[in-house]
Amino acid sequence: MDEDDEDFLETGGMKLTWPGESLTSSQDYMRGHGTYVDKEEVVASVSGLVERVNKLITVRAVRTRYNPEVGDLVVGRITEVQPRRWKVDGNSRQDAVLMLSSVNLPGGVQRRKLESDELQMRTFFEEGDLLVAEVQAFFGDGTMSLHTRSLSYGKLRNGQLVTVPPILVRRLKSHFISLPCGVDLILGLNGYIWVSKHVKENEREGEEAFDAEAVYSNQNDDIDDSTRMAISRVTNLIIILASRSIPLTDTILLDAYDWSLEQEGDVKDLLHEDASDALVTTILAKG
Amino acid sequence: MSADRLLLTLSDSSDSSDGHSRIEILNTGGYRSDGRRQYELRTISIDLSPQGSGADGSASLTHGLTQVNVCVFGPREAKMRSQTYHDRANVNIEVAIAAFSASERRKRGRGDKRILELSQTLKSTFEPVIQTSLYPRSQIDIYIQVLQQDGGLLQACVNATTLALANAGIPTYDFVCAVTGGVHSTSPLLDLTLLEENDLPNVTVAVMPRSGKITLVSMETRLHVDRFEEIFRLAGEAGKVIHREMRKAVKDRTEQLVASMQSVGRPSTGADVGDNEY
Repeated sequence: MDEDDEDFLETGGMKLTWPGESLTSSQDYMRGHGTYVDKEEVVASVSGLVERVNKLITVRAVRTRYNPEVGDLVVGRITEVQPRRWKVDGNSRQDAVLMLSSVNLPGGVQRRKLESDELQMRTFFEEGDLLVAEVQAFFGDGTMSLHTRSLSYGKLRNGQLVTVPPILVRRLKSHFISLPCGVDLILGLNGYIWVSKHVKENEREGEEAFDAEAVYSNQNDDIDDSTRMAISRVTNLIIILASRSIPLTDTILLDAYDWSLEQEGDVKDLLHEDASDALVTTILAKG
Repeated sequence: MSADRLLLTLSDSSDSSDGHSRIEILNTGGYRSDGRRQYELRTISIDLSPQGSGADGSASLTHGLTQVNVCVFGPREAKMRSQTYHDRANVNIEVAIAAFSASERRKRGRGDKRILELSQTLKSTFEPVIQTSLYPRSQIDIYIQVLQQDGGLLQACVNATTLALANAGIPTYDFVCAVTGGVHSTSPLLDLTLLEENDLPNVTVAVMPRSGKITLVSMETRLHVDRFEEIFRLAGEAGKVIHREMRKAVKDRTEQLVASMQSVGRPSTGADVGDNEY
């Protein structure tokens, strides 16, 4: 292994590693995620960046599935309806669980769940439905439990889903972003991004009184052509940025959107190699 | 190796060839049919860029004219509840061999015994290498597509799978590097082509370079017991050479991804807690 192995630990500089690479002695340091101990040595088990917090050595993988944490905002898709719970695909290592008791039900936000609620679970969420939720807790085996007990969470409609590597979505103050082009974005920390038509604050369903009819509706609103175009444009921009491994934030997306408006040609032409390259160069120049 | 060992030709062992044209496996100049020396490996090329399949990790690898594509999905929710384990992840490997991959067009179905055996071999190679205990009740799917065959199929599958796993961010104890070794009369050869593989006794060895542990030895031909040790040792050495290439590919890919992620500065609005992920 390298002679200057210990350097990064002292200077705090950036160090990359890959599986089977010795990092340091296990007598002086503790092993964290992405490492294991072999013959008194801490060895990396994934490829990525070495990080150190005091005596704890971790390796953060450059590409991996989503590692949930309590409080994270995620976008997911219902895969299964089970007794008193839904299974949700959240791009994690196992499907997440959404308990019937952690969703808002019609007729008052806080009330006991009845047997009749259990029988009509499919009227709330059905297989294939998309939803935005928050990570509530973990079960013993590491499965995440979600909740939609907020008026900003719930079923998704009026838009489309884009999938990016989860590491590209950074933690932001708010993951609900309204772009000035009439497009709303929900940046799920699990790498699922919902791009949809902008809903005005005061028209958001159930703002005053919880309106179950609207919240669990499967019907899209009318979306005019220009909004459709804007949604596709934002989606394509996200796809390009993600393919070049550029982290997504509101400022970057806005810059990208402004740039794309100046370009000639259709929304779909953005996906051509040369247009993508030009976009990335512009973004990097600003960054 | 001394020079006189190289001076062996097929005439010594022509009995092993099954009637097709006499091509010298090792000519008087010490060169093989494709112009390599005894211990020379074929050109390796590795591509770790995503292949648009939505896989968590993928790798495309060629050893000379042998080419395989591997896609890794997972760890993800197991599709079949009967195949889950409460303490570890289930590793599922499926191999598909393209009908056009060999010189003679031949369709092999999913249930083909040869393919099932290959995937079973790969599964037992990788199960102890992947840290499956980190992902209880999950499933890791590995799909291997063989596009071209020119000998060393098992070796290519092993190497490509390792790379795809590393690319998918699935924790493994080490790389697994495989090489085929054969013996022509008494002279050992490495990284056999199909032609050599058909004519010579050969053995595939997969090594974990860090510890030097062997995770796979596969031999489908008869090999003299006196020759085994030498070939086994040579293949282990060659595995380390291949490891250098594989490590470089993973390093380049990692560097590239990290560089582009850090190319854009921290945003002015919003981001304040990007660092506390662990």
